[in-house]
Amino acid sequence: MSSIGTGYDLSASTFSPDGRVFQVEYAMKAVENSRSLFCVFGVTEYAVAGLLADARSLSEVSREEASNFRSNYGHDIPLKHLADRVAMYVHAYTLYSAVRPFGCSFILGSYDEDDGPQLYMVDPSGISHGYWGCAIGKAKQAAKTEIEKLQMKEMTCRELVKEVAKIIYIVHDEVKDKAFELELSWVGEGNYWILYSTSITTFLWTSF
Amino acid sequence: MDSFSQNPELTTSIMAVEFEGGVVIGADSRTTTGAYIANRVTDKLTPIHERIFCCRSGSAADTQAIADAVTYQLGFHSIELDEAPLVQTAASLFREMCYRYREELMAGIIVAGWDPRRGGQVYTVPVGGMMTRQPVSVGGSGSSYIYGYVDSNYRAGMSKEECLKFTAEALTLAMERDGSSGGVVRLAVVSEQGVERQVILGNQLPKFSTV
Repeated sequence: MSSIGTGYDLSASTFSPDGRVFQVEYAMKAVENSRSLFCVFGVTEYAVAGLLADARSLSEVSREEASNFRSNYGHDIPLKHLADRVAMYVHAYTLYSAVRPFGCSFILGSYDEDDGPQLYMVDPSGISHGYWGCAIGKAKQAAKTEIEKLQMKEMTCRELVKEVAKIIYIVHDEVKDKAFELELSWVGEGNYWILYSTSITTFLWTSF
Repeated sequence: MDSFSQNPELTTSIMAVEFEGGVVIGADSRTTTGAYIANRVTDKLTPIHERIFCCRSGSAADTQAIADAVTYQLGFHSIELDEAPLVQTAASLFREMCYRYREELMAGIIVAGWDPRRGGQVYTVPVGGMMTRQPVSVGGSGSSYIYGYVDSNYRAGMSKEECLKFTAEALTLAMERDGSSGGVVRLAVVSEQGVERQVILGNQLPKFSTV
């Protein structure tokens, strides 16, 4: 369970005796105040969980990175590189006492002809990894279990959208959590889509 | 009469052709300061990265400076991405510089190479700083004399050997007619396997009948 780092948790520029940076760990807990936000830029999409203000600022940063890359090098930024850039930016905020770490995790997804579909996740410590499937937020463990049951490589985008929505409903705790709004978004060959919750019920009921 | 008051120019004939699996690039070897040939064995085919080259025409100083700058930027970019750079990226970098500083520069550059994603590609960045991809491109002062030859003899889907012959013959014709082009023909093939360079000396150039 969580331990309190009394005295060693006052700034991100302090290690605890057992080698932990508590401020970063606290930032990761902030992610569990799941408020998801979907933003779109070009053919890359983001999903975030955590402090909304931090997430907005970070998505602006990633837009700038993508835009600068495009104007310097003449082609769209590869997702791995964008994820690295965002991760480096987030990591920088874990080094100094004058600032606090970002309290949000970031999932980036894209589709392009050369690399196909790609998925990367950046967490408040500044790590970025590529994934076939990932989940962030309060119910991430339960969601990950459900994701592992899917045979993602053999499914189409259309099928996966339904599965993802199902998983969100499954892991939502009726007792403990407030009523929720589901926002779905997907990127695929040639297009990207965002679906807001008013249309979702109809979409899902017709699909099940 | 001080001939060094004029800048060394690569008034030139340069050419690049795409083929299945790579590109063939070629250039003459003459650098002039006014009427004096400052270098008769110039190498105008400059490597920018392992499998990306540029053919330089215009001001010798300007094109060298630009090529050096792009080589640095592309090398850095390639290390960051941990991947071989795209030919299109190199061409974009050339274009950025040639367009931004178009008033100060005199550079006509052909960027050609091979990358794993899109194979052999030729991009031309003429004076002024536009950039466009072409299956075959000619440049330099000598190019004016061979547009007809190139347009009538180019066929899509030529083999590497056919491209080499085509390039050598086109450049020879340009060198015959353009006073600012001459010397030897330098050729290079850039493909997945790497770079193969060759030189065709003056007396070995293809012969065309002249009355």
